[in-house]
Amino acid sequence: MAIKRISSPEELDKLKRGILSKRDPNKLIVSICTMSVCGQSRGSVGVCERFKKELRRAGLEDKVDIRETGCQGFCEREPVVIIFPEGIYYVSVKPDDVPEIIFTTLAKGKLVDRLLYTDPATGKKGAKEADISFYKNQMRSVFGNNRYINPRYLDDYIALGGYSALSRALLQMTPAQVLEEIKKSNLRGRGGGGFPTGIKWETTKNASGEPKYVIVNCDEGDPGAYMDRALMEGNPHAVLEGLVIGAYAIGSHEGFIYVRQEYPIAYENSIQATKQAEEYGFLGKNILGSGFDFEVEVHRGAGAFVSGESTALMSAIEGKVGEPKLKYIHTAVSGINGNPSCLNNVETWANVPLIINKGAEWFNSVGTDGSKGTKIFSLVGKVNNTGLVEVPMGTTLRQLIYDIGGGIPNGKKFKAVQTGGPSGGVIPEQYLDTPIDFDELTKLGSMMGSGGTVVMDEDTCMVDTARYFISFCCEESCGKCIPCREGLRMLREILTDICEGKGQEGDIEAIEDIAEVMQDASLCALGATAANPALTTLKYFRDEYEAHIKEKRCPAKVCKSLTSYYIDPEKCTACMICFNDCPTEAIHGGKGIIHWIEQEKCIKCNTCFEVCPPRFSAVRRISGEPLPPPPAPGTKVTHEKKR
Amino acid sequence: MSLRTKSPKLTKVSTTVSRVIRNYQRDKDMLIQILLDLQSTFGWLSREVLTEVSEQLEIPITQVYQIASYYKAFSLMPRGRHIIKVCMGTACQVRGSPQLLNIISAMLNMKPHETSDDMRFTLETVNCLGCCAMGPVVVVDETYYTKPSSSDLRKLFESAK
Repeated sequence: MAIKRISSPEELDKLKRGILSKRDPNKLIVSICTMSVCGQSRGSVGVCERFKKELRRAGLEDKVDIRETGCQGFCEREPVVIIFPEGIYYVSVKPDDVPEIIFTTLAKGKLVDRLLYTDPATGKKGAKEADISFYKNQMRSVFGNNRYINPRYLDDYIALGGYSALSRALLQMTPAQVLEEIKKSNLRGRGGGGFPTGIKWETTKNASGEPKYVIVNCDEGDPGAYMDRALMEGNPHAVLEGLVIGAYAIGSHEGFIYVRQEYPIAYENSIQATKQAEEYGFLGKNILGSGFDFEVEVHRGAGAFVSGESTALMSAIEGKVGEPKLKYIHTAVSGINGNPSCLNNVETWANVPLIINKGAEWFNSVGTDGSKGTKIFSLVGKVNNTGLVEVPMGTTLRQLIYDIGGGIPNGKKFKAVQTGGPSGGVIPEQYLDTPIDFDELTKLGSMMGSGGTVVMDEDTCMVDTARYFISFCCEESCGKCIPCREGLRMLREILTDICEGKGQEGDIEAIEDIAEVMQDASLCALGATAANPALTTLKYFRDEYEAHIKEKRCPAKVCKSLTSYYIDPEKCTACMICFNDCPTEAIHGGKGIIHWIEQEKCIKCNTCFEVCPPRFSAVRRISGEPLPPPPAPGTKVTHEKKR
Repeated sequence: MSLRTKSPKLTKVSTTVSRVIRNYQRDKDMLIQILLDLQSTFGWLSREVLTEVSEQLEIPITQVYQIASYYKAFSLMPRGRHIIKVCMGTACQVRGSPQLLNIISAMLNMKPHETSDDMRFTLETVNCLGCCAMGPVVVVDETYYTKPSSSDLRKLFESAK
């Protein structure tokens, strides 16, 4: 069916009313995240197919709608099934649970207790958002719409008032008024830089040169961060609406969405959204009858971390090698093909429609003095409730990790939280009450960055973490400037040596010297900040470095060269579990015969340590002390088995 | 008309390249997008493919190679029938991806970035797949696996022909 282009605000209103009038607000809706790689990897597509099949079989297909959505945030417990209008959450649902949900909840309105979320701290079950600590402490003004939207279906977005901000901006406001509103909102760039968005827009607007470009940066390269993917997959029209509003304020008629190649669904959904927006008349000529024209092209990245940097990203859009350039002139003035180009992150653009609809004053009422609004964090690593979390700026790390994240799993001790990706740093326990915003975390030597928040427990080695980030940047450095290219290589060598027990006196000082040169002399921000993870781990965990260097001991028992695995003959009950699971057949023994590890074959993969049942705890990791001898081959189990 | 005779294989390469280039209106700025499409069609970028791109798009071959060798998405070597990607992002790292990579490497007797002699597997590492909440993540032929056990992996590799 051909869609009639919307050519005025009245027609948009009419369309929205039409969509709503066809919808019964009391109709049951089953919402499942099938359009996100997290959901898919946990089998959400299978759950959704089963719902379709069983509803057909029960003759309920007209009574219940299925809504396939993007990421809904609670990724750890995927597949999550939400039942509207009541808003009942079922977590970790398997296809075989579907008939029970249909007959108990959908048909009779009763809860399936065993599928409800159980709070790890209190043991209490919660059915609705208000009962689930992960959700109730959030403020999801940008990300919350994901659960109501099938991203391939523009009507879902319009039903929620989508494109009304665009309509207001284009027909009731001048470009200058839109710009003024964004400036007044104090919105700062969500990609990590935190540059005031309004000022960036104004720079491009006032720069000479045509055409001017606006760009969505969805080259989310920071490992441990995926909020941009989730927004682009789950609510692409919000990003697109923000982009068109920005283009109008700036006076641009051409835009780009740059999606990293590792995000296939985000790319697909961006293309679909652009096509639909064109059909409906939110893109193209004379948008909503305002006389404003705007077009968008979607580009895929080709796998280079540094491409997220503005000059490098623009080179990639030109089809060239994505290396950063010296910013004598900012890209806002001279970007793609030397023309003024305004680049903002996905989350930044997604905030724009909200500000236009609710006003700068509302936006300023949320957040801290210097950082307004909410921010989406990807709360991952060693934390109970991993997922995407949106909270007002100024929320403390403790609230994030404990109140929302539910603390550290398996009774382990918190060690540090890594924020800001490879340009950020680690923050130890004594600073957990620091409010998170653009400025506070920077004072601690880290940064908020794009919102990656990786929690580390006592089993994480800080030297190894530093080595990991340095290696990451070393591989991703484009090699154009020497401080970054050579500095990182030297840092990697030193850190690898320390991890392998070959560290020497003076290594710590050498790290500090190299880091200083890199900070001062690198061409782009990647190089200037690349040493941060090494510097912050040194600042807060110097003792771990010293243990590695002086005692040849890895306190977290992670560094392979400094750690050995040993099966305690007193505790081993010869249960065969580690014997069978060892990938290199390094474990000897047999049924009734005490197991022992052949050290030459052991690859230190931690499998035996993980699979040994806690009631035996026979596998030990040893670092910095001599390894006890193994039992004589063939020693039988004599001690009594614990039951 | 070109006097150069082309082998049947080259003709097939040339037709595919020309089709992809046409999808992008022969726009030279779209070189990266064109190479991405060709990479996914052929699984790697052979010398023939790159030469065709250079000739048809009228871009110097050095420039085509520069792009193809700079970006990680491109492979200048043939790859195995099954691509195994182990995510080495921070969240996966913290939850044990190095050990996972170790296990896979030992099971298949291959180092990262290698292709097995029988062309069955290519083992790759990736920096972050954005599945950070589920780590450690392994992707085998576009299917995502979260926290796979040694026996899961063994079964998976045995069933991959």
